[in-house]
Amino acid sequence: MTASVVSEDLDTYRLRAREWLAANMPKQQVVEELVAEGDDDEQWLRARELQAILFKGGFAGICYPREYGGQGLAPEYQKVFTEESAGYEMPILLNVPTLSICAPVILDMGSEEQKLEYLPKVLSGEIVLVQFLSEPSGGSDLAGLITRAERDGDVFMLNGAKTWSTSAYAADYGLCLARTDSTVPKHRGLTMFLLKTDLPGITMRRITQVNGSTEFCEEFFDDVVVPASQVVGEVNNGWAVASRQLFWERTAVGGGSPYVSGSGNRNAAEGELDLIGVAEETGQLADVRVLELIGESYAMHEVQDNLIARVTAAITADQLPGPAASIIRLFHAETDQRDDDIGLAIAGGAAVTGKVGVRGPGEMGTRYLMRQGASLGGGSTEMSRNIISERVLGMPREYAADRDVPFNQVKRSR
Amino acid sequence: MDLNLSTDQRSFLSTTTQFVEKTMSLADVRALADAHGTFDKAWWAEGAELGWTAFLVPEESGGGSVSGEGLLDLAMVAEQLGKTVSPAPLLPTNTVIAGLVNSTSGPDHSAELEALVAGESTGAWAVYEPGQQFNPSAPTTFARRSGEGYVLDGAKDRVEAAELTDLFLVTAMTDEGLTQFLVPSGTAGVSVIGSSSLDVVRHFGEVAFDGVELPASAVLGTAGQAAADIERQWQVALVLQTAETVGVLNKVFEFTVQWAFDRYTFGRPLASYQALKHRFADNKTWIEASAAISLAAARAVQSNSPDAPKLVSAAKSYVGSKAPEIVQDCIQMHGGIGVTWEHDLHMYLRRVTVNRALFGTPEEHRRRIAELLIAERESA
Repeated sequence: MTASVVSEDLDTYRLRAREWLAANMPKQQVVEELVAEGDDDEQWLRARELQAILFKGGFAGICYPREYGGQGLAPEYQKVFTEESAGYEMPILLNVPTLSICAPVILDMGSEEQKLEYLPKVLSGEIVLVQFLSEPSGGSDLAGLITRAERDGDVFMLNGAKTWSTSAYAADYGLCLARTDSTVPKHRGLTMFLLKTDLPGITMRRITQVNGSTEFCEEFFDDVVVPASQVVGEVNNGWAVASRQLFWERTAVGGGSPYVSGSGNRNAAEGELDLIGVAEETGQLADVRVLELIGESYAMHEVQDNLIARVTAAITADQLPGPAASIIRLFHAETDQRDDDIGLAIAGGAAVTGKVGVRGPGEMGTRYLMRQGASLGGGSTEMSRNIISERVLGMPREYAADRDVPFNQVKRSR
Repeated sequence: MDLNLSTDQRSFLSTTTQFVEKTMSLADVRALADAHGTFDKAWWAEGAELGWTAFLVPEESGGGSVSGEGLLDLAMVAEQLGKTVSPAPLLPTNTVIAGLVNSTSGPDHSAELEALVAGESTGAWAVYEPGQQFNPSAPTTFARRSGEGYVLDGAKDRVEAAELTDLFLVTAMTDEGLTQFLVPSGTAGVSVIGSSSLDVVRHFGEVAFDGVELPASAVLGTAGQAAADIERQWQVALVLQTAETVGVLNKVFEFTVQWAFDRYTFGRPLASYQALKHRFADNKTWIEASAAISLAAARAVQSNSPDAPKLVSAAKSYVGSKAPEIVQDCIQMHGGIGVTWEHDLHMYLRRVTVNRALFGTPEEHRRRIAELLIAERESA
């Protein structure tokens, strides 16, 4: 992020954003049906169109540098624009991972050619990005992955499998971490590729989750030929790139990314929680216990918003180390879980029978089925707790049997 | 506390810290506790000289702040004093000052304000009533008109530092409605008795008003119109209370982390066990969260934001309920020593437990938030 010369103060910017939004962006429609957003190709076309409108109007990539198609403004401007964009239809499907995780990695770690080639296309909605990180063989031990890329002159031959890639079916490119040297300890033999998703040899399959969502995919790679020009960062230095990617992922999942286009949950099934509405519909607005739960949820969200601001500012000012972003990630999971518990408690019987899966009390049961989602996605909260205790509080690292052991000698799952 | 203090704030804070270390360190506080004592007024006057009573008061009335945002400066002091479980009557005196400053109509009280700012007198808000939860808008303490003045009858309890208080700010009902009175402790018909307190150095008391004759000039603001001042006093009290609790949490966590590094079992430090590391991570997260919401509430009250009522209640309900859990977990991390009188932990646990309970419990504040949200929804 480079704060370039700002010709406009925040208030003027806010007014200009307000006028522009009113003139150019469609108003958000209220969706009664609970469609898991992102499952449908038309929604992706729509998101690309909306992003293109933002790009044309000069409101895309507010914190991206101007030379790569962004606006080069400070995070306050992005925040103002996000506030003003409430109530408008925004391309929020593109926020995670395209705009807030993958593109920042290209910005931070990519070559100048890659930045000039891909970032303007990302910001104009022309290309969508995805992460190819987790593998069926294990999630938390990312550096222990087994997908391999073998060099053959100007190309790499890719073989293996990836999973939990959010909306990969809608993406044009994926940031794919693969093993390029198995004779060295795990972190030192990895390389990051910017992989075109329609290359021959790539097979994609959608994963169905308990709430019916099919936004995640798994991919199988069979002798996929990848040009060496698609390496992001250095060969065998992919862990540095992946670390940056994880940093942006933690920041994005916690809600602290300056790179998003509008705010809101990408999944309508995880839309704004209206606990007062649920209490009203179930005739419990005068119930003291229910009022306490409503107040508790509100307080948690106020705390979360202020915690994000505090920790983000502290990391920027070097008052807290970068890994403190895990604090935001951990608190996000806690808030989300508490909301699901509270929603279920208030909705009572209406959560499990009657209009199940429909907006209102019937939504609370299906939300509850995905309760652990927030503490699994983006790295489990157990990993966050390791990171906070080890890298923020400085406590001893966990014992690892694979430390300093060449990867081809490390024991694997049976 | 704000992580970005100005140079002036840092310098002020360091003066306060040095003064506390010299005159009211944790060792001094423990000695006071053993003697069943609390602060003495000469010491409080020295604190007042450092500015502990001036921050909410405009310069033309003899006050002034460090940063221009007096409540934030004062919250910083509260946080610092929390680290040594100080008995200082910072909250009660400044709550009365907040009422005096907020009230712009009615009789002149500049002399009382001046004495409080100078540290010559201390104040306390007499608001709780025996047998009732915190309910400032429906007092049974009643002041009936008598000639030009009033006669006050009733009883208040949970009044901080009641036995040492010079000036009570009494929330009462009159025929005009909710009204506050400034009642010097020496007034005929006022009697004070000490109550027991869970906190070892922060004392409380009951104050009885038995046919207390008050002149009309004892009214704060306009009779029957006290609601806004009461809300302001409540908000200021909650900001100082949560800031103090955050100070306690930071201190307790600091020495508990150190303990985890120093204490060995089975040949390795406690800090190397994942089961404990994860709890430290949770506690660290909750303490940062507490600091964040406490500061947000202070800022909202400082700027008279329309969100201030919800934010102070969010802060109180979150910090109030989380802090005792965190301190209890730190006790667990210490093992048996954590429940001995000898260890300092109980001093801190007492303070956060008292702070949880007073000026509305977390449960009451959650209800208040919901009621405010529902009212907003109905008026929208």
